[in-house]
Amino acid sequence: MAASSDRNPPPFPTAEESEPGLCDMADADSDEGEDIFVSNSNPVSVSRGVSQPDRVSEEPSDLFSEEAASSTAAKANGVHSDDDNDLFADTNVELSTDKSSSSARKEPSGPRHASTFTPSPAAMQPTSLEQLEEEEAKDSFDVDVAVTNPEKIGDGMNAYVAYKVSTRTSLPMFRSKVFSVRRRFSDFLGLYEKLSVKQSLHGCIIPLPPEKSVVGMTKVKVGMDDPSSVEFVERRRAALERYLQRVVSHPSLLQDPDVREFLEREDWFEDKFQEVENEEQQLRKLHVVVDSLVIHRKELCGNTAVFAKSLAMLGNSEDNTALSRALSQLAEVEDKMEQLHQEQAASDFFIFAELLGDYIRLLGAVRGCFDQRMRAWQRWQEAQSTLQKKREAEAKLLWANKPDKLQQAKEEITEWEARVTQYERDFDRIGMTVRKEVLRFEKEKAKDFKSQIIKYLEAMLQSQQRLIKFWEAFLPEAKAIA
Amino acid sequence: MSIIKPSFKNTGFNKLCLSYCRLRSVSVDLNHDASLLIDIPDALCERDKVKFTVHTKTTLSSFQKPDFSVPRQHEDFIWLHDTLVETEDYAGLIIPPAPPKPDFDSPRDKMHKLGEGEATMTKEEYTKMKQELEAEYLAVFKKTVQVHEIFLQRLSSHPVLSKDRNFQIFLEYDQDLSVRRKNAKEMFGGFFKNMVKSADEVLISGVKEVDDFFEQEKTFLLDYYSKIKDSTAKAEKMTRAHKNIADDYIHISATLNSLAADDMTANKKNLEKLSDLFEKFRKVEGRVASDQDLKLTELLRYYMRDIQAAKDLLYRRARALADYENSNKALDKARLKSKDIPQAEEHQRQCLQKFDKLSESGKKELTSFKGRRVVAFRKNFIEMAELEIKHAKNSVALLQGCIELLKSN
Repeated sequence: MAASSDRNPPPFPTAEESEPGLCDMADADSDEGEDIFVSNSNPVSVSRGVSQPDRVSEEPSDLFSEEAASSTAAKANGVHSDDDNDLFADTNVELSTDKSSSSARKEPSGPRHASTFTPSPAAMQPTSLEQLEEEEAKDSFDVDVAVTNPEKIGDGMNAYVAYKVSTRTSLPMFRSKVFSVRRRFSDFLGLYEKLSVKQSLHGCIIPLPPEKSVVGMTKVKVGMDDPSSVEFVERRRAALERYLQRVVSHPSLLQDPDVREFLEREDWFEDKFQEVENEEQQLRKLHVVVDSLVIHRKELCGNTAVFAKSLAMLGNSEDNTALSRALSQLAEVEDKMEQLHQEQAASDFFIFAELLGDYIRLLGAVRGCFDQRMRAWQRWQEAQSTLQKKREAEAKLLWANKPDKLQQAKEEITEWEARVTQYERDFDRIGMTVRKEVLRFEKEKAKDFKSQIIKYLEAMLQSQQRLIKFWEAFLPEAKAIA
Repeated sequence: MSIIKPSFKNTGFNKLCLSYCRLRSVSVDLNHDASLLIDIPDALCERDKVKFTVHTKTTLSSFQKPDFSVPRQHEDFIWLHDTLVETEDYAGLIIPPAPPKPDFDSPRDKMHKLGEGEATMTKEEYTKMKQELEAEYLAVFKKTVQVHEIFLQRLSSHPVLSKDRNFQIFLEYDQDLSVRRKNAKEMFGGFFKNMVKSADEVLISGVKEVDDFFEQEKTFLLDYYSKIKDSTAKAEKMTRAHKNIADDYIHISATLNSLAADDMTANKKNLEKLSDLFEKFRKVEGRVASDQDLKLTELLRYYMRDIQAAKDLLYRRARALADYENSNKALDKARLKSKDIPQAEEHQRQCLQKFDKLSESGKKELTSFKGRRVVAFRKNFIEMAELEIKHAKNSVALLQGCIELLKSN
């Protein structure tokens, strides 16, 4: 880590300093001789982002080690308005109203994170090429991303593929060292779109995500099992991974809050959906094992019956009277055991296995609700983008001075504004409903499981008690052998 | 009561070393003659080879020392058995059945499958499955030690066989027995025995029986043998199904555990308790299976082999009878031809003597065999019933406990 971790104001610009950039800016920006670097070096990050986009910054870890505590409160690119010495405290923060392709399950507050602010009046201070290259070399492979586990969510034309985006990092600005989220292709596109319009990143080479493919995706939606679909998904997965790797290797992009949010932000719905999916998977696994148990129990049943008969035959052959009797008695006990195993197998199936089967299906229904909410979000986002288009159209008409069409355009805008409001309301409402329903479902499930499990165990208990009686009845017979 | 103190050194799937001490014979208590006490206090298993430590304590002067141990392999036991079978003098005795070769195939195959399926299980599940498998290895091991021990104890408690010279060598000779084992003969002997086995049924049934006792025995033993062989096979299948259920309980417990770990709702406790129950259950079910195996399946299996040994005695006697009848015919022929009459007479006399001796000792042996069988069945049936009751009571307690916990939530 460079020397900026200590709080002393950097000296006047001399090339020896490891952070010449800072000094330069200080000179350029601050009118006072006062050092602006006493506290969190926030302003530095701002100005760097704004005034010197072509300067490769120092190791981000340097910078963010100080702001770790407040990183989650990031409102604009590293601007911290709680800082007295922040030159840009009143910087304009704008909501970006990007297309709907942003993270599907994010709360609408997602795009609240700033993406633009006014450029600083500070002039750019070009540094030597040498210094640039030096900074380049200190590259931060402190972040590793992977895109894995493509999973088809939903059915038919509404289906999509969700990928697991896993991040491994040592950077303190992230919430933990290892984490993962689920993102779909449109989320990746949305990230690109957000980054590409950001003024702060103008001039930066923004990596490109893979291209859309209607044909490819349709095939996947319809049926994912054929090799060409599998190949398509795999190509896309790999391309998305490379895309993300390029994004995080770009120091400016890595600092970008949208990027960070893309990598790590989860919300209740995201988490819950994940939980539901995991649970469904585990229940399926359990169901398989319980099925196996049922089969084995039935086998035991059959084997016991067969053995009982064989033992009865042996008893008939036996020439010692008492032993012959005992063998016949034992054969009868085994017969009764068969009956018990039979009943137990029924219990295994009708109580245990069916319970699991029911909940596997019900969890599918829960996932359906989440999908519905998702579609409501999409509708809202699409309406927003249509509204934007209408506004642009109106602006064009104004420019082209066509007053007759203008009226219609204005009407359309009003209509779409109403729609946007409506859809937003719908989305919020469905979100609340889903949340309530999920909680209700969980309560019911706990109750249901408890009562069914108790039922299952009580049946087993009865079975074991009868078993004891059978063997206790046999014991004197065995002792009577002489 | 059996006390087992195994020490495991698990060095991968292909090699399992087990060392095992102090299991007393569970089947029939044969060590009641203090003048010659034999046991197998220790055994070592490496790959397929099992090395038994045969320990002898004796007051007999025919032995060099009063207390000594030798290492022996399975093949040594087979050698001893075959030598006894081929000794003419013992033709009228039931030679205790040879112990079967130690068979670790079943647990070894399972170990392989477990290794292949490792990726699909949680670490915990895998560990438990491995534990189960190790228990299975131990059970197989226990059985094979027991069966080898019983073989020797049968010999030591037999008034005639205990004095056999080869038996003494087996117990005492502190070098490797393989030199004495004449492998070629053993192989041939085995082949001959197998060939003979299929013929003996025919021979035994074909010979005209003069003695009611043996007539009855023949009918009884032939019939009983086929029935008990059938029962043994079926009992084994039954035991195996029990083991499968115990294994299923492991998987169920592990999956429930994963579910509970990820569950953030009120259901978590339900799942945890059920997982815990199944974990305890699998141990109970495992014990039920292995106890049933020892007390029932192994009992039937042992007496199946014993009855085969009794049948072998009948066969030898039938052969002696056939020899005697042939010698009569030869004598008649000699008399007709007036040639070699004294030899024919001598031969006939010898055959009769042999036959009478066999019949006499055979009757004694078969009668005591009956008694022995009845005693063994009684003992094992009682023990099995008691164990079943014990395990079921244990299960009842576990179930009641779990139900209580669930209801109280």
